[in-house]
Amino acid sequence: MIGVLARLAQDTGDGILVPAEPIQAGVTQIATPEIQWVALLPHLILVVGGILLLTIASLFRHRVPRWAYTIYTVAVAAGAIIAALPLWVRVQDAERGPFSAIAGALGVDGFSIFITVIICAGVILTALLADGYLKREGIDGPELFVLLLLAASGGTIMASANDLIVLFLGLEILSISVYVMAAMHARRFTSLEAGMKYFILGAFSSAFFLYGIALVYGASGSTNMIRINQYLASPTGVVLSENGLLLGGFALLLVGFGFKVAAVPFHAWAPDVYQGAPTPVTAFMASAVKAGGFAAMLRVFVLTFGTFSGDWQPVVFALAVLSLLVGSVLAIVQTNVKRMLAYSSIAHAGFILVGVEVATEQGTAAALFYLAAYTFMVVGSFAVITVVGRKGDGHHELSDYRGLARRQPVLAFVFTILLLAQAGVPFTAGFFAKFYVISAAVDAENYSLAIIAMVSAVIAAFLYLRIMISMYMSTDSEAVTGEPDRVPVPLAAGIALFVACVVTVVIGFVPGPITDLANDAVPFLVQVG
Amino acid sequence: MSVESVVFVIAGSICIVGALGTVLFRNPVHNALSLVATLFGVAVIFIAQDAHLLAAIQVIVYAGAIVVLFLFVIMLLGVDRTEKLGIDPLGGQRPLAVVAAVALLGLSLTVLLAVGSTVTGQEAATGDPGEGAENIAKLGEVLFTEYVLAFEVTAVLLTIAVVGAVMFSRQRKADLIDEEEFPGLEALLAETEDETEDDTEAESEGVEAT
Repeated sequence: MIGVLARLAQDTGDGILVPAEPIQAGVTQIATPEIQWVALLPHLILVVGGILLLTIASLFRHRVPRWAYTIYTVAVAAGAIIAALPLWVRVQDAERGPFSAIAGALGVDGFSIFITVIICAGVILTALLADGYLKREGIDGPELFVLLLLAASGGTIMASANDLIVLFLGLEILSISVYVMAAMHARRFTSLEAGMKYFILGAFSSAFFLYGIALVYGASGSTNMIRINQYLASPTGVVLSENGLLLGGFALLLVGFGFKVAAVPFHAWAPDVYQGAPTPVTAFMASAVKAGGFAAMLRVFVLTFGTFSGDWQPVVFALAVLSLLVGSVLAIVQTNVKRMLAYSSIAHAGFILVGVEVATEQGTAAALFYLAAYTFMVVGSFAVITVVGRKGDGHHELSDYRGLARRQPVLAFVFTILLLAQAGVPFTAGFFAKFYVISAAVDAENYSLAIIAMVSAVIAAFLYLRIMISMYMSTDSEAVTGEPDRVPVPLAAGIALFVACVVTVVIGFVPGPITDLANDAVPFLVQVG
Repeated sequence: MSVESVVFVIAGSICIVGALGTVLFRNPVHNALSLVATLFGVAVIFIAQDAHLLAAIQVIVYAGAIVVLFLFVIMLLGVDRTEKLGIDPLGGQRPLAVVAAVALLGLSLTVLLAVGSTVTGQEAATGDPGEGAENIAKLGEVLFTEYVLAFEVTAVLLTIAVVGAVMFSRQRKADLIDEEEFPGLEALLAETEDETEDDTEAESEGVEAT
């Protein structure tokens, strides 16, 4: 054995095996890359936080109260945000700027940090929401919180990956955690069905995605996005636009991304899974999973394949138009509020796809702003749905909302604000989100897409109006049959709702700070020094 | 004949015989064991091609892990249970399988004989894999330098898989609660559970008898 290694060390003189200080006779040491722990810190906090929670909880199983899990999860996610702040300062510093870490596998730029913060915010709100939910449904154990933290680490890794393999692993970490979380409510058959459905279809889409990576690797000779980008810009790479291999890779990658962000025609799973999954998990799917998916999509297509935008833009255009129209039209005909919001989230994905399609810095910033605003709007909306769902998580029909405004005016008012924001009414975050995306399309002279987006916003407004009407109108027959009880709002869910609502309104009045941050959050592919 | 051709003929015959056994044997355990023979044959061919790592992976992952998994499933379902092969659950899949097999064979032969080594006309973008044990060293090195992050991140993925498996393997403590939304569901589930229980009982009896 040692003899073989010794021979190896002699054979390769091309600097790959660096004959360093011999630890033992005949053993050579390879030059391992520098690990920039600072760059890894937000991801590490989430991963270690999740695993630590698992360990602590299994050691002191019945001695840890449930609220401790919630507080712990919120603290870990907040810790990850705090760890990301110095990185933001460093990246925005003109002298130091963005950088690539760990042999170019991880990109640290404003973009990845922005998405990291969005995902962590999604985790905090979901954890607050899950607290009361788990108590109400009698689900024990810390698994949901562990999976929430680990899933978030997957999302943040996706957003900062500079290597397609790392991106795929992040995608799988995020997806597999969410499959498990979707099937969390073991006493609801629909939850098990949702988990199973999501798992099978998700596994298919992952296979497509991986095949896409393989084809891109075959065409460009690297999985590293920095090198792919350089190769595609080089004279040999430019010829590749006539090559089926690279274009096939684009197509398969788009299938994978389209599934993850639930864009039509890869959306079929979304209504069933959103409906069946435990409502806090649905909130997480609509916020953090979408953010992770779009982050990776922007990174791969707009950034890495930016020079080939002419090839993929038509496909993304079709995805955006279909998502906008199918999402908003089908949302109207639903009677289940969870399904309605599932279709509306498909329409929202269409809006974000508009930001992806224009393939400009302005488009990326608009998509980031949209993701930030949408996270708060959608988690807030699903918070109301969680509360109104009652014990058993089964009361999600439109009729369950009838008379809510009379019984619980505050809850109904908060839901109204969040729905108006989703519809894109002025003085809410949703208005500016839609406005920036559409203006990015207009500035890119993509008028048809802008018009379709506006039309779809009008169609979708009807859906939100339908929910509002059923909350504020109540029929006379109800007075005869008797009113359903008031639904209790747990403290943690109340906090989540309050935060979501306040952020939605504040961004609606003062969008400046978030707009500036989104504009600064530019993705970069920095060559490793 | 050179040594390589002799090795190829022997290993190739083992592969084909194993593959035939996988399809033709009646007993599912024999099918699985024939698959092992095929996988070993392929491993030998890999060694003859100086692809030592692939050979090792072939034996450890495929022959070791995957076939053992097959055997687990066969044993859990019951070795004696016979499937009625006459009934096609998906109509027309047999003729389609024949067409697909012929098409694939034809495609492979066309590529090999007519087109030559490159399908797309592009040169391979990667470097020379090197000879013998060197490719193992190169792969190992790449794993701990360029792909070190991917390597470490995989650990998180495995952790999640374990957490998920543990969660689902726990027994459901109480009845389903969305019975109202799906009438008759509980009864249906109870029925299927009874069936599986019967099977396991029959199996354990069989084990005792032997």
